[in-house]
Amino acid sequence: MRTKQTYKALLLLALSASFAAVAAETAVTDSDRIEQYREMISDGNPAEFDEMRGEELWKKAAGPNKVSLEQCDLGKGAGVVKGAYAELPKFFKDTQQVQDLESRLLTCMTTLQGFTEDEIAAKPFASEKKASDISSLATYVVGQSKGIKMAVSTKHPKVKESYEIGKRIFNYRAGPYDFACSTCHATTGVRIRMQDLPNLSHNKKDAQTAYTTWPAYRVSQGLTRSFQWRLNDCFRQQRFPEPKFASEATVALTTFLAVSANGAEFAGPGLKR
Amino acid sequence: MPNPMKIRATVKDGVTEVKILMQHDMETGLRKEADGTLIPAWFITEVKAQYQGRTVMEAQFGQSVSKNPYLLFRFKGGAAGEKVSVSWVDNKGESRTDEATIAA
Ligand code: HEC
Repeated sequence: MRTKQTYKALLLLALSASFAAVAAETAVTDSDRIEQYREMISDGNPAEFDEMRGEELWKKAAGPNKVSLEQCDLGKGAGVVKGAYAELPKFFKDTQQVQDLESRLLTCMTTLQGFTEDEIAAKPFASEKKASDISSLATYVVGQSKGIKMAVSTKHPKVKESYEIGKRIFNYRAGPYDFACSTCHATTGVRIRMQDLPNLSHNKKDAQTAYTTWPAYRVSQGLTRSFQWRLNDCFRQQRFPEPKFASEATVALTTFLAVSANGAEFAGPGLKR
Repeated sequence: MPNPMKIRATVKDGVTEVKILMQHDMETGLRKEADGTLIPAWFITEVKAQYQGRTVMEAQFGQSVSKNPYLLFRFKGGAAGEKVSVSWVDNKGESRTDEATIAA
């Protein structure tokens, strides 16, 4: 009996461990396998650890001012985290800016806690050696919108403007390869090597699935990655200069992509290969 | 001090399903730093689950198991409100034990 149970547990383990070493089979595609794997561990997403870390950071007094972020206004009033991400980016009166989650967290960490922007922007993304506070905070906030429908309003002219700028950046070709985001992300059903490329501008479903599953735990990196990181890495793939963390351009792109996902239930933090 | 596990246990029709998510680097001992130095092996070697003082699951882990391993198993018995505890030990001798209350 006991050996049988142990065997069963080992089998499951072996299944999840063999993910990286998938044998070449014709009937089952890699995407299918990744989907299988994702399903299998969907209630065991290691991104939860980053959510836990983020929640602790949110509630912990920190920075020169020794206060927590519990008075941070993410757009639904001071301290309201639930559902906040599903409505971001948004125009904020105090900063007179359209802000995505990460740029808003940056505002709260500087104005409330007294950190300097440079201090935070110097370490915006997690690495194998070190977690990033702002990235973990984002994971926590995002998790509080799970199951809530994306509803980013473009009623405010500044948000509308941000959306239009984002759309232009998406289609703006430049760099050594003359690439735009649209070079890789405006056709349905294409891929680079093994990676399916979502059509982010002309396929509602692709756009919704992509946006609502970030931030995500990247199995290949063993790290939870934020949406700003995702954009950064695509700018790199495009051979563009690295954008400034939480800059107007990155927020505009986020506005464009978030609005395109409107109506879909938010499902992050997700799980990616 | 190693980081906590996430454990969820639910009982249905007399069978308890336990889902465990562990936080561990699970270094194979084969990877190198950028400067060529070997990253020493560091991985969980043993996982054990106990229910009312009885071992209901025992597993041996090795280098091939992924970082932050996830494990699911079921055992006969268990009732809502009772506890299941899970422990792991790694090759450095570090260990971690966490507990979960069985939900219906
Ligand atoms: C050279 C091709 C290329 C260009 C150009 C490119 N990307 Fe990507 N993008 C990728 C690949 C490949 C992936 C999937 C990566 C993976 O699966 O690991 C991806 C993934 C994404 C995702 C996540 C999709 C998902 O479902 O997880 C988003 C969002 C995204 N890109 C946005 C952009 C934006 C915005 C730009 C322009 C700044 C851009 N990409 C430019 C290749 C590109």
